[in-house]
Amino acid sequence: MPANQTNTVTSSRTVVFRARELTKIYDMGEVQVQALRGVDLEFYSGELAVLLGPSGSGKSTLLNILGGLDTATSGYVSYHDNILTEATEQELTEYRRFFVGFVFQFYNLIPSLTARENVAIVTEIARNPMQPDEALAIVGLSDRLDHFPAQLSGGEQQRVAIARAIAKNPEVLLCDEPTGALDSKTGIVVLEALDRVNKELGTTTAVITHNVVIGDMADRVIHLSDGKISEVYENKVKKSPQDLHW
Amino acid sequence: MKAINHKLWRETWHMRGQVMAIALILACGVSIFVMSLSTVDSLQNTQENYYEAQHFAEVFANLKRAPENVKARIQDIPGVQTVETRVLAGVNVEVADFKEPITGILVSIPDDGQSLLNRLLLKVGRLIEPYHDNEIVISEGFAEAHQLRPGDHLTIIINGKRKVLTIVGTASSPEFIYQIAPGAWIPDYKRYGVFWMGRSPLSSAYDMEGAFNNVSLTLTPGAKIKEVIDKLDVILEPYGGLGAYERKDQLSHRFLSEEFKQLRTTATILPIIFLGVAAFLLNVVLSRLIRIQRQEIAIMKAFGYSNIDVGLHYLKQVMVIVILGFILGLLLGIWTGRGLGNLYMEFFRFPYLLYKIPAYVIIIAFFVTAGAAVTGTLHAVSEATLLPPAIAMRPEQPVRYRESFIERIGIKRFLAQPTRMIIRHLERSPMKSIFTSLGIAFATSILVVGSFSDDAIDYEMGLQFNLIQREDLAVSFIEPTSYSSLYEIQSLPGVFHTEIFRSVPVRFRNEYYTYLTSIQGMQPNGELSRLINTDLKEVKIPPEGIILTDYLGKLLHVKEGDLLTVEVLEGSRPKLQIPVTGLISQFLGVGGYMDISALNRMMKEGYAVSGAYLKIDPAKQQDILDDLKERPRVAAVSISTQVKQNLYDTFGENLLIYTFILTLFAGVLVFGVVYNSARISLSERGREMASLRVLGFTRAEISYLLLGELAVITFIAIPAGFLIGYGITAYFVEALSTDLYRIPLVLNRDTYAFAATIVIISATISGLIVRHRIDHLDLIGVLKTRE
Repeated sequence: MPANQTNTVTSSRTVVFRARELTKIYDMGEVQVQALRGVDLEFYSGELAVLLGPSGSGKSTLLNILGGLDTATSGYVSYHDNILTEATEQELTEYRRFFVGFVFQFYNLIPSLTARENVAIVTEIARNPMQPDEALAIVGLSDRLDHFPAQLSGGEQQRVAIARAIAKNPEVLLCDEPTGALDSKTGIVVLEALDRVNKELGTTTAVITHNVVIGDMADRVIHLSDGKISEVYENKVKKSPQDLHW
Repeated sequence: MKAINHKLWRETWHMRGQVMAIALILACGVSIFVMSLSTVDSLQNTQENYYEAQHFAEVFANLKRAPENVKARIQDIPGVQTVETRVLAGVNVEVADFKEPITGILVSIPDDGQSLLNRLLLKVGRLIEPYHDNEIVISEGFAEAHQLRPGDHLTIIINGKRKVLTIVGTASSPEFIYQIAPGAWIPDYKRYGVFWMGRSPLSSAYDMEGAFNNVSLTLTPGAKIKEVIDKLDVILEPYGGLGAYERKDQLSHRFLSEEFKQLRTTATILPIIFLGVAAFLLNVVLSRLIRIQRQEIAIMKAFGYSNIDVGLHYLKQVMVIVILGFILGLLLGIWTGRGLGNLYMEFFRFPYLLYKIPAYVIIIAFFVTAGAAVTGTLHAVSEATLLPPAIAMRPEQPVRYRESFIERIGIKRFLAQPTRMIIRHLERSPMKSIFTSLGIAFATSILVVGSFSDDAIDYEMGLQFNLIQREDLAVSFIEPTSYSSLYEIQSLPGVFHTEIFRSVPVRFRNEYYTYLTSIQGMQPNGELSRLINTDLKEVKIPPEGIILTDYLGKLLHVKEGDLLTVEVLEGSRPKLQIPVTGLISQFLGVGGYMDISALNRMMKEGYAVSGAYLKIDPAKQQDILDDLKERPRVAAVSISTQVKQNLYDTFGENLLIYTFILTLFAGVLVFGVVYNSARISLSERGREMASLRVLGFTRAEISYLLLGELAVITFIAIPAGFLIGYGITAYFVEALSTDLYRIPLVLNRDTYAFAATIVIISATISGLIVRHRIDHLDLIGVLKTRE
């Protein structure tokens, strides 16, 4: 274990997510795939957590359940006082609408809307959102407001996706391989944007990646393998994204 | 089986829902096409076969009376093959328990059995035994209408004499397939019948012994029909010949031909639209289906499959759908075609139906559908194969959009993002939007055209019975009669008002254009019978000269002010030149109209009337009818309300079937267009929608994106469909105009509302089905995969 890391978990901070005995089994017809095999975990307000693990380790499944995109097979997940594992489809939609921001590996922008409008489509339905321009300024895209996705590079598209995710002032930001489709230089620009959002807005951020290096910028690193948490540690010293190399 | 074929079957099975939707549309197009054309062809085929089997004559002539030895002279006309003379008599008929007046025509058959020409096809019973003078064979339609069977009795009033006859058989004849009373527009099997009797008893009852008043004949191959007719007219002239005419002018044949022509026009144009729309849909759906497979195509190419291999693979897949739809359509078309053919068979009273599907129908249907499918597929495949595999395997670049025209004109700030998305999406692929709209528009137009005939009939009937013919009863006399008969009728209790008319058979001639019809002499300033043109304006009858139906004017190439040659075919048969003082537009029939006094002066026979129109006290109707029946000079009485009812019933019966089928299929078509278009949009934009769902949009909100787009397309399509429908209707009206009738170009608001309603319902149903799919979008699956 590196010297700047420790296993002690600070429990004085507010818990945003709490998961207990969480399992998820995908029924694929003849075979059943167990993606999560009993996960116990907390996320704390304002932290930047990185979930590391090889593909198939269950990290995306965990994130999807936290984000209200998927339901658990058994176990318990709460968001503050709300028990997500008991929420209805309508409640989950509302939860995603007001509290969660998503960033995906493939940016999933709406091709028929400009950068500004891609953000606006979310702010129009949110409570207390920021202005689209403001969100785009945070990710450094003030000069690309009226460009359509087809006119933006991959990194720029991903930054629009981040702006779209944070513009509603969500309490949590969930990112699934946000740099997965990008080269390292562009990836770092995107990570800088995420870091800035976390620092400046205090948004609880969870980033999924299989890139171990990205773990160095996190407050806390959670390792998953084979559907279980194998290791959790805090970084005593967080690296700035500019200092990451891969 | 090769792996690539496994892929084909499994993928086809996997998208079986869409495969079925496409196959159904195709089946609709093919079946309507096959049904319509096979019905028309089968009817025509049956008609020809029936004519031939029953020796239907080719030339006919009516005359007053000629001695039998004239027959030999007719036989000697070059080109004549078989001649048959007959006695025909107009009769009044009484059937037990039926109080209304019945008229009919009594036709002689040789005493020793079957005729040479216009032979009877016996349905039930037998023909007349030689020299049995109290036996009669009746037409099948009349027998059915009155439920008469061999052994039943019938009273016939011939020449004022009552004769009770025994029915020995029911039969049909090629001459009376369409059994229509003189002057009527459609058959009325209850009130008009055709009867056959032995020549000797008929002749003696009708004072025609050793004489005939009707001749029909067939021609040798290559004979010149016009010359035969001219020579026949010369021979019959001294015997009161009413002008010989060829088969195409024979009443039953004429009406039948018109019906077939109408059927062929509607049964060709509408199915072509159907097939066209189905083919277009097929093209669009398949090319989009393949566009989605871009990465798969790239992978196959990366493995070393050639462009041709890939193209053939997808062609095979497409042909599976085409063949499925085609076979389905063919079976459905044969089944419904047979059904429709049988319905028409009954309507026309064909004794049988020779159902067949002409090979060309199948070939055309197949090549149109397969052609559309293949071009659509090849277009999409070639687009996909043009890309190097490495690029094709990368996720597709986001599609380029721009601000739409509507936004650029400055209303952008009023539109929420989802609405902007709809507009931009529509505008980005305008051709797709336009074609989808066009598909729905054509379906709408079929609905409009489908019910247009109802509107036309309503209008025409309204005009005919409210403005033109306003009598309660129309009485016609056996022969032109003096005014005294009229006074007797006028004095019957319950008769409020009478108006006289005179009808004279004539041949109009202008240079070499001729037309056999009659001149109607009318009372000027009449209240019951008036001349009203199609613009609902009354046309006054001038004291001198003749008014012609404008359509007849066109046929004869005469215009207002021209002199028209009129050859009268009655009485002293004068040949006259009469000035055409006006043309009148009319829907029903063609003819000439004159002031009755002017007509009588022209005939040089003093004041004579052919009949009268009566306005009566409805409560006294039966008494008046009973009285009229006893008057020997009264040939026929027609009751206005019944004529009207019969017209409505017959038109309704005939049209409803076809309209119903069309409506049903047009509904399926709209459903198919909207459903497929929505499904494809969904597969193209599923990712976008899933993203929005993840961002917290509700199901209703994302459904708006897709359904809003469809709604826009549908609402643009409806008025366009109205326009197209109006255009097709106008074409029909023009194409179906004949001297028998013209159809008014009338489309009621109800018709438009009906079409719009069906379209909206169909679109809504398909929208709801797609909405169901939107509700079950796999959010994670969509987002985790690349496009």
